[in-house]
Amino acid sequence: MIPHEKLPVEDSNPAGKPDAAARRDFLKAGAVVAGATLAPGVLFYGVAHSRPAEEPASAAVRWGMLIDTQKCGDGCKSCVTACNEENGLSGKTGPQDSQWIRKVDIRNLQTGAHHELPMLCQHCENPPCVDVCPTGASMKRADGIVLVDRHVCIGCRYCMMACPYKARSLVHEPLTEQKPDVPRGMGCVEACTFCVQRVDRDETPACVEACSRDGHNAMLFGNLNDADAPIAKVLKSMASTEVRADLNLNTGVRYQGI
Amino acid sequence: MNIAFREIQAKQGYWLTMLVFGALAGMGVLSALYMEHHGHIVTGMTNQIVWGLPHVFAVFLIVAASGALNVASIATVFGKTLYKPLNRLSALMALTFLAGGLMALVLDLGRADRLIVAMTEYNFKSIFAWNVILYNGFFVIVIAYLWTMMDRKGAPWYKVVGTFAFIWRLILTTGTGSIFGFLVAREAYDAALLAPMFIIFSFNYGLAMFMLILMGLYKGDNRPLGDKLVNRLRSLLGTFVAASLYFTLVYHLTNLYFTKHQGLEAFLLLEGGIHTQMFWIGQVLIGYVVPMAILFNPATNGRGWTVLAATAAVLGGLAQMWVTIIGGQAYPMDIFPGYAVTSSFYDGVVNAYRPALVEILLGIGGVATAILLTVGASKVLRFMPERLDDETLAALHGKH
Repeated sequence: MIPHEKLPVEDSNPAGKPDAAARRDFLKAGAVVAGATLAPGVLFYGVAHSRPAEEPASAAVRWGMLIDTQKCGDGCKSCVTACNEENGLSGKTGPQDSQWIRKVDIRNLQTGAHHELPMLCQHCENPPCVDVCPTGASMKRADGIVLVDRHVCIGCRYCMMACPYKARSLVHEPLTEQKPDVPRGMGCVEACTFCVQRVDRDETPACVEACSRDGHNAMLFGNLNDADAPIAKVLKSMASTEVRADLNLNTGVRYQGI
Repeated sequence: MNIAFREIQAKQGYWLTMLVFGALAGMGVLSALYMEHHGHIVTGMTNQIVWGLPHVFAVFLIVAASGALNVASIATVFGKTLYKPLNRLSALMALTFLAGGLMALVLDLGRADRLIVAMTEYNFKSIFAWNVILYNGFFVIVIAYLWTMMDRKGAPWYKVVGTFAFIWRLILTTGTGSIFGFLVAREAYDAALLAPMFIIFSFNYGLAMFMLILMGLYKGDNRPLGDKLVNRLRSLLGTFVAASLYFTLVYHLTNLYFTKHQGLEAFLLLEGGIHTQMFWIGQVLIGYVVPMAILFNPATNGRGWTVLAATAAVLGGLAQMWVTIIGGQAYPMDIFPGYAVTSSFYDGVVNAYRPALVEILLGIGGVATAILLTVGASKVLRFMPERLDDETLAALHGKH
């Protein structure tokens, strides 16, 4: 601590400025110091005000995503790149590499109609991966986000057998330079988390942000339970599709245009 | 007259067997350690073929374990006294083959070090979790069953425990078959038929392994094993092989009838390359046709033919597990019915799989462990009747 007699007021007045000016300098310096100290806290409070860390996820919320395949850019992979960057994935696409989101090309066998769309964990209301997981590591959060508890996953891969969307990957090799808020680990299964670390800060998933930034706006993220949320409004007024709707899983991710 | 049981003798053949299978089991454990250290990147398994060769061996052994108990069940539950002298070896093999299968299974886990988690955290909706309980329970019940066979104090409980063990093994194999039968996502697996089919397979594989071990131990220890008993087992195995063929036929005919499964059937039966060969040459020809041709033909009644038939049934069983487990995953999952699909994640393509050496060694290590434990236990405790020649059996139980 700086002793009182050594405060900048005395030291910063070597040229014998009038007292009032010295006081102004002191107040300015004090304000800067106080601001620098408090700002992160204030800012953090600002972003986190919707749900403090100690408060559990609420079942009043169901996070969902609507993907408009008509707007999804030809060959654009911004969502994939953004996901890899946000979650610390290598971006490699070998058969043993993790892919949390992928661009899929589909062509109708009868009509030849062609669509492109991003495929990711569909965050089902009744997820088969959660049903089959022997230890309960695969779980659905109250707000509908399907996650893997990295501490309880034994790497049996039964969830990968059960997932109808091929949404999951096993970490096949040791990992380095992981993101602090995205825990991953060799021998555990992983998948899209809807960027849960961002959602809990009231941000949208990285893929959605990248899609908007590149001007496609093909991905809409929000609370399906909030009638005023843009996603809920669009879903109410327009036709949308669940992939493998026959399985009756009530997916959190819906598609338009297919 | 009571039958005399005696430990096998520690002669040269015994030590050689222990050495060979001990070395193979050790290689399996070393392979698992190598996989544990480097991750599954050193295997041929991928994010598309998530269960590979270790599962083929593991599921085969687990299914064979429950089937091996059948011989004891026939004696205890159905009162066929001819089989009673075999019930100790039958129960022993149920334990050792389950142990070998589980070894291959758990050492292939991504986090084998977390086995304790699998034993303490249960999601009761998971068929895997049921199986953890079923396997552990099976060990306890079969050990109790052995106690009722081998200790006079346990004898009054013989019938009750034996019946319970029989029911438990039926539930256990139902659980194993259901691991695959309850997967809605994949076309090869979404059939409840897999549960009873696995039970029939278990009769087949378990008895084939039992006959091989029985004949091997009796020959190795120079004990008499009469044709009367072996011929009975031959007929039984032939029936089980035929039943396996019948279930296989029904499974594929059902799939062929459903238009949505015709692509899968075309893949497995015609266009699937290695998987098609595994089906026709491995499962059908070696697994069904060869054993039935030998077992139902009085001209091929010799011991060598019987060994060949049982070996073929075992190899056919491994081929069947390959077709079910690997073939079922190799066929692309139909995420968008009616569409041709491509992606960086191998959507819409037949998934390639080539097992790495570590997987082969781990799988064989599981089989070796089962045999090692069986032979080792026969040396330590009295599992095997001293004589099983026709005269002894006739004196014991009259004309069967």
